[in-house]
Amino acid sequence: MIEVIADERCTSCNICVTVCPTNVFDKMSEGIPVIARQGDCQTCFMCELYCPEDALFVSPFADTPREIDVKAIKTNGLLGSYRRAVGWTEQTRALRSVDRTYLLLGG
Amino acid sequence: MTSRSARAAKTSVAGAVEYDADVLVLGGGPAGTWAAVAAASHGATVVLADKGFCGTSGATAAAGTGIWYVEPDADKREAAMAGREAMGGYLQDRGWMGRVLDRTYQGVNQLADWGYPFPVSEDGRSRRNSLQGPEYMRLMRRRAKQAGVTILDHSPALELLLDDAGAVAGATGLRRQQGDTWVVRAKAVVMATGGCGFLSKTLGSNVLTGDGYLMAAEAGAEFSSMEFSNPYAIAPAFGSVTKTLFYGWATFTHEDGSVVPGAASKGGRSAIARALLQGPVYAKLDKADAATRAAMRHAQPNFFLPHDRTGIDPFEQRFPITLRLEGTIRGTGGLRITAENCATSVTGLFAAGDAATRELICGGFTGGGSHNAAWAMSSGYWSGRAAAVHAHELGAVHARGYSRAGTVGLQQRQHRRYDPAALVNAVQDEVFPYHINYLREGGRLTASLARLDALWRGVAGADAADNATVRRTRESAAMLATARWMYRSALARTESRGMHRRDDFPRQDEAQRRYITSGGLDETWIAFRAAPALPLLEAAE
Repeated sequence: MIEVIADERCTSCNICVTVCPTNVFDKMSEGIPVIARQGDCQTCFMCELYCPEDALFVSPFADTPREIDVKAIKTNGLLGSYRRAVGWTEQTRALRSVDRTYLLLGG
Repeated sequence: MTSRSARAAKTSVAGAVEYDADVLVLGGGPAGTWAAVAAASHGATVVLADKGFCGTSGATAAAGTGIWYVEPDADKREAAMAGREAMGGYLQDRGWMGRVLDRTYQGVNQLADWGYPFPVSEDGRSRRNSLQGPEYMRLMRRRAKQAGVTILDHSPALELLLDDAGAVAGATGLRRQQGDTWVVRAKAVVMATGGCGFLSKTLGSNVLTGDGYLMAAEAGAEFSSMEFSNPYAIAPAFGSVTKTLFYGWATFTHEDGSVVPGAASKGGRSAIARALLQGPVYAKLDKADAATRAAMRHAQPNFFLPHDRTGIDPFEQRFPITLRLEGTIRGTGGLRITAENCATSVTGLFAAGDAATRELICGGFTGGGSHNAAWAMSSGYWSGRAAAVHAHELGAVHARGYSRAGTVGLQQRQHRRYDPAALVNAVQDEVFPYHINYLREGGRLTASLARLDALWRGVAGADAADNATVRRTRESAAMLATARWMYRSALARTESRGMHRRDDFPRQDEAQRRYITSGGLDETWIAFRAAPALPLLEAAE
């Protein structure tokens, strides 16, 4: 489930509010968006991919909320790790075309 | 005919936004976006309404999928078609398989022309049999917008509109982020709302609650192959990421470390279900060599998110797994297709993707994401084009009468409103358990269907929900209706075929190589249809 909006990274662009397929976030008239309906989160990680600031963190636990050590996920590289892995950052663009499924399908 | 760049006409009234369009597409996954692009490029004005956000919504966007991309080589095509006929119970249609292979080949090559970054292998070949969901659906959203499609995000449809002759003529729904409603009057509607995953949290699927089935049934539509609705995907017990392919390299163990006999991702998943009824089951991907491990990392980065974020090395350490129901998302049942243009049994309504039956290319067993992705792309294209043609043939529609087709949760009735969360739980209690839905048996199915029918009688007379609860109210009713067609059909198939396995009828029965049609709301019904002729030189089992 979505657990973290890192406030010092968030620029209130509200892209997460727009792209979340289950409408978990709410835009605020002032300040950064909020996780308004955490129970509706389906743990699909899409908000992380679309966040240009790597401010969001989705815990892999789909059914239960978890305490997250925000300091730790910043220092150990987990914040933004999925976006980097699929090549959606400037530095990792080459990874967009690195899909090796064809090796696994034997085709 | 309207020009290519023409957009649907918009009007605003108090509390609602209204559009007049040639074609309305419900659902913005691969099937819906292909339909919208095809309809627009055939001259139609198009509105696409997605329950979530077109581009991130649905089973494809969050995942990755193989795709049934086979070069137009006679031997390769023959092998591709023959390869899964036995598994699907010989219910596929060779004519449709060939059409889908052709259309998919063109569609995937079109994606390459549009800039999809297909990988290139060491021998210099562009490899096109896999799609990364986020990349694919971001591209499809962009193509839809470029084609002039009006996209309504966070806009779940609630009910269809019918004209005076009973033809489908649009739909209405909610705009969740504006807190108001939408109405689209259209000359044709493409139902591309996906399958029903019963809120099981299989990856990306919680928007897929069978809403389109309910709406279509209220307009009189028929379903087919709804008994083939019980695939379960392997996932970490705590997580949402389902990528069954990778578990082909797994060893499955009981709590005490002993290997689960017969357990396998492919061909041994029911052994996992039986073991899970006894206690926890663990997986370790220890059969993958170093090269395979590296390829996995680069094939599906999201597979490793649950492991990386909990400090598990899935190749060296075992982790608890579960089976999550994928319902008709990876099942093959759905709206019955009545013609090559993906028409349904209701005038003005076309169906595409998982909202439609995939029996024509999969029979009673999915070829995994690969065939579903090919079907979404192909049926999306055909339904969109057919909807545009239908709209053009209808011409001007002045003085057309409109009525709302919605029933449960939408009309003023005598009984109290029902609690959608309680109904969701009650339906899940009937469709999740392995001993009812996976390992099927007549007595258990009969008892479950009786409980589901009783639930329906309880909700059918409920008063209209308010704006805050109507979406959940309709979702839960759609799940309930879907479950009833599933089990009604499952009881009628007194044999084991495809993914439908009956403990009391363990064998495939040649006399039952036929399709089961189903439908109805207050009273459900089933009927039988002949299956296509067997391909020459193919012996049925």
